[in-house]
Amino acid sequence: MKAFTYERATSPAAAAAAAAKPGAKFIAGGTNLLDLMKLQVETPTHLVDVNRLGLDTIEASGDGGLRIGALVRNTALAADPRVRRDYGVLSRALLSGASGQLRNKATTAGNLLQRTRCPYFYDTNQPCNKRKPGSGCAAIGGYSRALAVIGTSADCIATHPSDMAVAMRALDATVETVDASGKSRAIPIADFHRLPGNTPWIETALQPGEMITSVTLPRPVGGTHIYRKVRDRASYAFATISVAAVLRPDQGTPRFAFGGLAHKPWRVEAAETQRDAKGIAAAALAGATPTAQNAYKIPLVERTLASVLAEGAAA
Amino acid sequence: MNDTHGFTLTRRGALVGGAAAASAGALPAEAQTLTKESPTPTVPVAFTVNGKRRELDLDPRVTLLDALREHLHLIGSKKGCDHGQCGACTVMVDGKRINSCLTLAVMHDGDAITTIEGLGTPDKLHPMQAAFVRHDGYQCGYCTPGQIMASVAMLQEIKDGVPSYVSADLTAKPRVDGQEVRERMSGNICRCAAYSNIVAAIGDVAGEDLA
Repeated sequence: MKAFTYERATSPAAAAAAAAKPGAKFIAGGTNLLDLMKLQVETPTHLVDVNRLGLDTIEASGDGGLRIGALVRNTALAADPRVRRDYGVLSRALLSGASGQLRNKATTAGNLLQRTRCPYFYDTNQPCNKRKPGSGCAAIGGYSRALAVIGTSADCIATHPSDMAVAMRALDATVETVDASGKSRAIPIADFHRLPGNTPWIETALQPGEMITSVTLPRPVGGTHIYRKVRDRASYAFATISVAAVLRPDQGTPRFAFGGLAHKPWRVEAAETQRDAKGIAAAALAGATPTAQNAYKIPLVERTLASVLAEGAAA
Repeated sequence: MNDTHGFTLTRRGALVGGAAAASAGALPAEAQTLTKESPTPTVPVAFTVNGKRRELDLDPRVTLLDALREHLHLIGSKKGCDHGQCGACTVMVDGKRINSCLTLAVMHDGDAITTIEGLGTPDKLHPMQAAFVRHDGYQCGYCTPGQIMASVAMLQEIKDGVPSYVSADLTAKPRVDGQEVRERMSGNICRCAAYSNIVAAIGDVAGEDLA
């Protein structure tokens, strides 16, 4: 690890001010950041430890939903009785990710801010526009089996690795933040993660130093909740593709969000009026640009959707 | 750092110590000071380890695993991959299992840490340690401290009602069965593949036949 200085933050606004300085980063669970620091993919010069700021409770929000503190650990969120009862797709998505040890440490905000698992991002000997802007993309034309099939650019075909974020996208969550001046704002999850475009190193709507304080879920939408993750081994592996589904909600059409397909959790609301897996998959993946190695994801989405719909019909 | 407290000298220790002493004699005084200097300000941290209060002044880069092994000489927790993939470094912090390689020691001020040394002793084994011995839940033994720490904390998670990805009903109390145990132990790798005996040992402690 490169040397860095360390401070324990005393308030969210003070943390935001400290992290706004060049070279500074927040550390919460640390499970992704320290991994990358050991490889010198991340080389912060200052770490702002936010673990003692509270922000670790799950409370009822004013409008019948839930406000999840940024520092609520993944295990605690997945095990919360209200989440298990009313937002099952979120609980399942969290439990499908990482290992028991990692879920005990990883936080809600940190999960949203995970970096990609693209092998070329991890290998500092390879060009990567995300790690080193302007250096090129070794994944395009390289080993791309696990990488994105839609929303890609000529500069980056990385995927966002989170399962939790995919469920939050299906649930229309909102990310709440505070900046150095103490000003707070709310960002709909649909606008939180960005597509790579020609600036793949800018992954979210956050400004420098802006800190996530909580994630809110709207009032429960009812319905049958399913999170189906397809991966190379049965446990402790990233998704090749995943489907977060809310079937037969109390109001409106069913909801489908997808992981493993893009630089952000992928959801196309217009596809949700289609009546079968074929139609939903075709509408959600219109304009996809897979590589020869990851073209398998296109039929896999349709087949996984068919399986999810069958499971939902039997529930 | 006092390298000798509570330790009998091992062959490896004698070789390393001997080499260091030999080269130290050949170095000018400034160079010796320089090698001991930390490039960043150290940070004080105090936590309890196995019930005992410990105070350290650490380079912030020191992981909890390295603090335990290199500074406190609790070498039961193992460094396998050092990236959270193998689980050999599993310890409990405030009763919850974590990968001690993926957290900084200075982040744990005030925490209560339990390592394999705090779980049982050779004279008075923890029931999980005894079960691993009884069922041959290891071959080389390198992953074993992590497997045992993870097993004990995992059974507590089931007791506390934490569901898993394979729990059929999210709202029901989770059961101890083979499928649940395998899913919940997926963060611990055994390169010797003693998995079936590890599952048997866990079942023994939980009072279930998981074969």
